[in-house]
Amino acid sequence: MADEEDDIILSELSDDELVEQMHQDLYDGLKEEIQEGVTILLERGWAPYDVLTKALVEGMHVVGIDFRDGILFVPEVLLAANAMKTGMAILRPLLADSDAPPQGRIVMGTVKGDIHDIGKNLVGMMMEGAGFEVVDLGINTDVDEFLAAIDEHKPDMIGMSALLTTTMPYMKVVIDTLKEKGIRDDLVVLVGGAPLNEDFANAVGADAYCRDAAVAVEKAKELMARRHNQMAGA
Amino acid sequence: MAVRSSVGVTSCAGQAQTSLIIACGALVREIQDVLSVNGLDSIEIAAIPALYHNRPEKIVPAVEAHIEAARRDRRFRRIFVAYADCGTGGDLDRLLARYRDVERLPGAHCYEFFSGVEAFSDRGDGDMTSFFLTDFLVRQFDSIIIKGLGLDRHPELRDLYFAHYEKVVYLSQVPTETLLAKANAAAERLGLDFEHRPVGYGDLRCHLEKVFIEDGNNIVD
Repeated sequence: MADEEDDIILSELSDDELVEQMHQDLYDGLKEEIQEGVTILLERGWAPYDVLTKALVEGMHVVGIDFRDGILFVPEVLLAANAMKTGMAILRPLLADSDAPPQGRIVMGTVKGDIHDIGKNLVGMMMEGAGFEVVDLGINTDVDEFLAAIDEHKPDMIGMSALLTTTMPYMKVVIDTLKEKGIRDDLVVLVGGAPLNEDFANAVGADAYCRDAAVAVEKAKELMARRHNQMAGA
Repeated sequence: MAVRSSVGVTSCAGQAQTSLIIACGALVREIQDVLSVNGLDSIEIAAIPALYHNRPEKIVPAVEAHIEAARRDRRFRRIFVAYADCGTGGDLDRLLARYRDVERLPGAHCYEFFSGVEAFSDRGDGDMTSFFLTDFLVRQFDSIIIKGLGLDRHPELRDLYFAHYEKVVYLSQVPTETLLAKANAAAERLGLDFEHRPVGYGDLRCHLEKVFIEDGNNIVD
């Protein structure tokens, strides 16, 4: 009886209550509930971009803060990300046709010698949620793959990820190659990964160190805005 | 040989008499063995929780706290840190650079010095898709890997963590039939192939013997 009373019928909630409940469901990693919540908001006439930003991205923002503060740990963040992914799967085709403001294009990958992609995938998803077009090169990405993708997709930014102390120096190889090719200044370069820090990012010549997915989005927006301003002022 | 895990070292008057090894909890047993066979039982070991294996950002503050406590203690003529870089991204080296004569183990992680730094390097990217276990990690597989990664509560996360790994490589120190069976079972649980490499103590032994014997820093009177 108590269970029945505790059950929340998402479709009976007001918009505000539903969005708040979806934040909670994301926090708890509840995939089916997120899927249902997204569907209900769309049926109520919400724009896909609003569902994405207000219900999903905002919810993941709370997850990101609690992860940073040591309240949530990696497994919980992964479950939340998986729940968001189910929502994104519904929204992605709708967003492609919508008038969501384009933020820029990023080519990203885990660097050569490294197969860890949990953080990178989370960043990719949050970037996508923030309106960036993401070209994900996957794992073990060497400099030639980065160069080929830059040539093909003409991105505004590249993002590099590494989990290992032994693989993170490869970021410098990529950045030095961009310099040699004379294209370093055409791109914003973001780096991230557990063993990295601000000093390392500066030392290898990146534009920003992204401590987590939320910071990656903030930095990307900030650097893209700065770039637009510079181009406008030129 | 005393092993302690608290940083609250009691002050002790008099001259520095012994050495302290600040060690990852995952290495204590092996370090004790090396010290014991070399008659270095008076060297103390301060253990830092092995669970920090999954939270490397906690390693440097813990090591720093132990170094500071040991310096206040004044009993230790030499302090050694039994960690490799271990995911600290150079932060451990930056910390140790502030202290004269405090060294650490060579390499990026324990898999490297157990394998032998040179042998590990020779393999290059050959081990990129290998998930390493040591004797300690085999013994503590359930608590550090399964519970530590939340796989006990959310087994569905296994493929997210291990999708790109191909095999478990068991770098054994003192393998027994029980450990081998557990290592095999661990590989099966992770859905990976299994390989056993009996590497022994590798560079851990060589390095400790170099620091505490060959360099003349063995201060056991």
